[in-house]
Amino acid sequence: MEYMLLIYSDYSRFEAMSAAQKAEGLAAYGAYAEALQKSGAMRGGNRLRPVQSATTVRLKAGKSEVLNGPYAETREQLGGYFLIDVPDLDAALSWAARCPGASHGVVEVRPVWAMGQP
Amino acid sequence: MEPDRNEGARAAEGAARQSYGKLIAFLAARTRDVAGAEDALSEAFAAALAEWPVRGVPRSPEAWLLTVARRRLVDAARRRQLDQAAAEHLGWLAELAADQDDAPVIPDRRLGLLFACAHPGIDHGVRAPLMLQLVLGFDAATIASAFLVAPATMAQRLTRAKTKIRQAGISFDVPEQAALHERLDAVLDAIYAAYTEGWSDPQGSDARRRNLADEAIWLGRLLASLLPNEGEALGVLSLMLHAHARREARRSASGEYVPLSEQDPARWDTRMIDEAEALLVQAGRCGTGGRYELEAAVQSAHAVRRRTGKADWAAIVQLYDALCALTGSPVAALNRAVALAETQGPAAGLAALDALTDDSRLAEYQPYWAARAELLTRTGAFDAALGAYHQAIGLERDPAVRRFLQQRAALCRAPTPAGS
Repeated sequence: MEYMLLIYSDYSRFEAMSAAQKAEGLAAYGAYAEALQKSGAMRGGNRLRPVQSATTVRLKAGKSEVLNGPYAETREQLGGYFLIDVPDLDAALSWAARCPGASHGVVEVRPVWAMGQP
Repeated sequence: MEPDRNEGARAAEGAARQSYGKLIAFLAARTRDVAGAEDALSEAFAAALAEWPVRGVPRSPEAWLLTVARRRLVDAARRRQLDQAAAEHLGWLAELAADQDDAPVIPDRRLGLLFACAHPGIDHGVRAPLMLQLVLGFDAATIASAFLVAPATMAQRLTRAKTKIRQAGISFDVPEQAALHERLDAVLDAIYAAYTEGWSDPQGSDARRRNLADEAIWLGRLLASLLPNEGEALGVLSLMLHAHARREARRSASGEYVPLSEQDPARWDTRMIDEAEALLVQAGRCGTGGRYELEAAVQSAHAVRRRTGKADWAAIVQLYDALCALTGSPVAALNRAVALAETQGPAAGLAALDALTDDSRLAEYQPYWAARAELLTRTGAFDAALGAYHQAIGLERDPAVRRFLQQRAALCRAPTPAGS
């Protein structure tokens, strides 16, 4: 089954870190992605640019509304994701716990609702 | 009024810890309806929290809780249709009342409850959670967090297990001597599983997890007190106490991870080690020589560092040889390889690790990669070590351990690595 691991964290805390700490943090993500790859579970994943770069679009009464910034203004924001393919939720949670995001933020685990699936 | 209220609440909490499992075991022993017993008992605790602070704590809190819970159980049975099963149920409950009037002391059937939780008919993975819930009264959400399972899933698994106990008529009796040893292993495994889940608390700061390790030791003490002549029951308690004694030493003052070999023995809990040692001696007299006794002996061989400044690696290799022969566990083989590196050098350790490379059970096991990386570093194979460190870092949950591994890996990249 495919699961999306959504990583929410406070970007200002990352910005406040020293260059060495940042490098160490990113290297941990690199090692995590590689371990996922080796296990055969990796389907994709990316880091997202900070929320200041977000633009939100919606149609209200047929008119488009385009706003600067993220959908919800919260301290912890979606900062990246991994898409994994594992046998069940237990396995997905075990990978989520290993994700560095679980220690500096939170990881939300969501099963993918594949197109055409009831 | 205020101090009385606190006293009432404290008494209820104390009774919950001491009596929960005892009351569940007693209430459900005949009907095997543990879910029903849990509901009745939780109502009794709610009543206690309302009444004790106002009217004072009863002379025997346990007997008071039992009386109220039993009344609730009888009410619940009456409310159900008066079919054959319900009539039988009421008969048992009447017996329960008679039992209690004759004996002012509630018989302790917790041992039987532990055996029921670890019954072969109960799914392996839910045995430890079931014990934590039925013997100690933990809620499903807390157990789910500790075992890294979704709360809804954990609640569902617990419910299914309780239904199985009732429908399959799983007995609360302690097995006969012949079957006891075989069945005991499952009880020990579940208690130890609860301990290791509690012990591997990533931040070293999660109170609920730390708590879980303490509760597992409490279960271990209970089991050892109920079966004082079973070497493995003493062995598993000794093992847990040895590991627990080093708890504080696993983190530096600044919260960094400290591996066993670099821990300061002065920070180990001496009293706990002494108790573990005494248990190990006692276990040795039983002459079982089982898995937990051997593992406790390994920890004991590490603990000699308190006095001699060096772990007894020769003994550790021998003990892991015995464990490998006994269990065939890849983790025992891994630990044996690490010990071998201490007595015969890193190349011998690596050769032993190489023999395990094809074991798929170790492919995603962080300690395997960390051990491999460490031994490769010692032999000067820095590139290969770096790859193994990378894999270990990617598989690690605990951020402090992850940082530690990253620091070790960085040494492999330096022009003149330390420790070479």
